[in-house]
Amino acid sequence: MANNAKIVKDFEAIVGAGNVMTQEVDLHAYSYDAAVLPSQTPSVAVRPTTEEQLAQVVRVCNEKGTPFAVRGAGTNLSGGTIPPKDGVVVLTGALNEILEINEEDLYAVCQPGVITAKFAAEVASRGLFYPPDPGSQAVSTLGGNVAENAGGLRGLKYGVTKDYLMGIDFFDLNGEMVTSGSRTVKCVTGYNLPGLMCSSEGTLGVFAKLIFKLVPPPRASQAMLAVYDDILNASRTVSAIIRNKIMPCTLEIMDNVTIRTVEGFRSAGLPTDAAALLLIEVDGHPAQVQDEAAMVQKICKEEGVRTIEMARDAAHKDRLWQARRDALPALANFRPTCILEDATVPRSQMSAMVDALRRIAKEYNISIGTFGHAGDGNLHPTITTDKRDKEEWKRVEAGIDAIFKEALSLGGTLSGEHGIGISKAKWMVDETSPATIEWCRGLKAALDPKGILNPGKMFWG
Amino acid sequence: MSDIHELIRLLGELDDDLVGCMRCGMCQAACPVFAKTGREADVARGKLALLDGLAHEMIKNPEGVKERLELCLLCGSCQASCPSGVHILDIFLKARAILTGYMGLSPVKKLIFHQLISRPKLFDSLLGLGSKLQGVFAKPVSDVLGTSCARFHSPLGDRHFPHLAAKPLHKLQKELDEPKGSSGLKVAFFPGCMADKVYPQTALAALKVLRHYGVGVFLPSGQACCGIPSLSSGDESSFETMTAINLELFEKGSFDYLVTVCATCAATLKDVWPVMLRDPELKVKAKALSGKVLDISELLVDKLGVAPIEAAHNGRKVTYHDPCHLRNSLKVTAQPRVLLKANPDVEYVEMAEAASCCGCGGSFSLAHYDLSCEIGQRKAKNIVESGASEVATSCPACIMQISDMLSQGRQEIPVRHVIEVYAENLS
Ligand SMILES: Cc1cc2nc3c(=O)[nH]c(=O)nc-3n(C[C@H](O)[C@H](O)[C@H](O)COP(=O)(O)OP(=O)(O)OC[C@H]3O[C@@H](n4cnc5c(N)ncnc54)[C@H](O)[C@@H]3O)c2cc1C
Ligand code: SF4
Ligand code: SF4
Repeated sequence: MANNAKIVKDFEAIVGAGNVMTQEVDLHAYSYDAAVLPSQTPSVAVRPTTEEQLAQVVRVCNEKGTPFAVRGAGTNLSGGTIPPKDGVVVLTGALNEILEINEEDLYAVCQPGVITAKFAAEVASRGLFYPPDPGSQAVSTLGGNVAENAGGLRGLKYGVTKDYLMGIDFFDLNGEMVTSGSRTVKCVTGYNLPGLMCSSEGTLGVFAKLIFKLVPPPRASQAMLAVYDDILNASRTVSAIIRNKIMPCTLEIMDNVTIRTVEGFRSAGLPTDAAALLLIEVDGHPAQVQDEAAMVQKICKEEGVRTIEMARDAAHKDRLWQARRDALPALANFRPTCILEDATVPRSQMSAMVDALRRIAKEYNISIGTFGHAGDGNLHPTITTDKRDKEEWKRVEAGIDAIFKEALSLGGTLSGEHGIGISKAKWMVDETSPATIEWCRGLKAALDPKGILNPGKMFWG
Repeated sequence: MSDIHELIRLLGELDDDLVGCMRCGMCQAACPVFAKTGREADVARGKLALLDGLAHEMIKNPEGVKERLELCLLCGSCQASCPSGVHILDIFLKARAILTGYMGLSPVKKLIFHQLISRPKLFDSLLGLGSKLQGVFAKPVSDVLGTSCARFHSPLGDRHFPHLAAKPLHKLQKELDEPKGSSGLKVAFFPGCMADKVYPQTALAALKVLRHYGVGVFLPSGQACCGIPSLSSGDESSFETMTAINLELFEKGSFDYLVTVCATCAATLKDVWPVMLRDPELKVKAKALSGKVLDISELLVDKLGVAPIEAAHNGRKVTYHDPCHLRNSLKVTAQPRVLLKANPDVEYVEMAEAASCCGCGGSFSLAHYDLSCEIGQRKAKNIVESGASEVATSCPACIMQISDMLSQGRQEIPVRHVIEVYAENLS
């Protein structure tokens, strides 16, 4: 505790007393994130308001050997911001400035606490486009997006956060600035550190400045909603669209459980007897959009679609999208606890995965609604349960184990979007190898010899 | 009650509601308080986690939890954007009552709620006295806005507050029980404290419009406060007393709808009464009444068919602020705008962030005036930037707060109720 009092003093000297929190009630609010995991209350929370303060805070933690975790909006789904025991939480919320938007060289420079949606809106107001759009974008921070390599609905055509990160400046454990990448399209100076920092889940360095690539926005788009009696046909449609060299900007699927739950939630007249819905959107030059929309329509028909509805105007498009937007809220409203998974398989294995999910739901007697990014094989099997029911919870945990085993056996991955953190660390070796784990632990130990930067995550399952 | 085990037991009853929060954090985007402080304990997710922590004995500081819980406008923006459909406001109100039961009501609030507001007659006569004396204590700041600031040091600090009406509504308008009018409709009218005591012109405008459309009015005298100020301070017993008075009064009339000119009253009557009342008989009555509650703009647009008309080109520019309780609880946003567009002398302009909170939040603005101002100043800035020469809104509390914010910035932009703007063109 004496050590604690000392570090509080040091922090107060750096950021001012108003930005250091030590009361139980304030700290309890940093004991969790969006993952369904036990909470852990930190001993101090500190909120630097400048880059220099951030550096000094890191330096103090290192000097004292105090473990700490950096926290953006705390929306990650894998426990990445649950602090170490007796640790410090460093908040990036006040580092929320967009430093530059360069319309000539098509890049932007941001502080890590900038909210994703605010950034995307600012970019759009300049007539440019920042595509990564995680479902949490209204609140998530760009620092968190980089640390988790966040994806979104546009992943298939436009890629994910790592495809837009051109450069990153971060603090090492001594609070010294490491700069990497550049403002140019091409850059081969040294290791690809932006690549290393992406998905580092706050374990290798503390981000201070992020340089993102911007692109011109598409000029037109066409959305459509296709209804299927057999999920296999929906899955075949997805493959056929890609085989025909069409890259929709959205290619989303919803299974029957999800359709029924959404309809129970909003009564929008969805076909509750359908096996699957596909929400498809193509974008680009108006002529190309028209062309591709017609081709997609044809493909859907060839693959046995029941009906297909084309958006006539913006309002109609909004209506078609509503079902997909409702997917998570509807499932979340259905039962007290909602676990959003993101096991991902190669596109060609999607229908096998959907089948497996149905089997797992039955075998473990749990409820799984599946929706997600069909175009990139990134499904969101969503388990609705009540974590207070111990017996059911056991079955849920076993079911989740089975989901990951299945995804890996189909050549897939544990996580397409949500990261490893605490919640998936125990499965890491199954996807990789013991040598991988050791190599990564070695890397971490070299950069963070005291093991204080977000310890216990990813490779310590 | 002052037994911590009893406190934990009562909080445990909230468990079924609390467990619905999946800690997704999406409420951060909506919360006006969090936008200013950036502290997780101030956003709904944090507040719910604190209650959960207290209930499960992970936190041992009920005073601290109560303090965080009260740093809240009860605006409902979090609830409106919550993907998990958590009944956040119900939880907050119940938790405030439980924590106040544990810690006791402050002596000042006890006096105000138990002895004053829950006795409508006494309240009215005391305020009547106040309106005569207020000139002695306050100097007028702005004639356009009708605000004053305190002459001497007062608990209201720098606030530019409105005058109490020289004559409240209940002195200007006798009780009414008319037959259905030519429209075939009859409504009960609930003006609420503010439109009765501070802004009677709002209530009079509403009555004028109802008369114009041939709507019969039931206006019983002796109406009490809707109860939300007491309830949000955790005083359930005064809330129950006032609600009982009101339910009994309205039981005596027959009417198609119950109409208000106060967004906060409307939300309280519609959503809070049926959930928060303990007396089972009152609860049943409140549930029956709930379905009849309408904001005046809903009645005019949805039931009587008022529609926008072509605006005159040289009309004055009027903008609209969405009161949280109308937008989040009643989901009414289009109808008030239609009423403004139905006045031929008005050119409607939309302000930026019309839907964001003005920062009033009832007693929040008294207890946390600085924060309330910070939130309100942004609203004032958006109003000024809209280029409007007048602001309209649908809640007297917002009118008071926005007038204060504009007055402090020496911006002479009048703030009026939508119904006043609409009524000015009817004969
Ligand atoms: C409803 C909902 C929908 C979601 N949808 C998606 C989705 O579609 N796609 C997707 O990919 N994810 C999604 N997520 C997961 C989550 O929102 C993302 O992982 C997001 O990127 C996290 O951002 P954050 O600001 O909340 O980060 P946090 O949760 O605060 O932090 C995440 C990680 O980043 C680290 N970190 C944060 N800032 C820094 C910094 N400056 N330096 C170093 N490390 C840092 C933290 O230590 C932590 O390990 C969703 C989550 C929810 C709740
Ligand atoms: S949005 Fe709702 S479910 Fe999500 S954290 Fe806030 S209160 Fe909880
Ligand atoms: S009611 Fe308003 S102020 Fe209170 S937590 Fe919700 S959004 Fe924030």
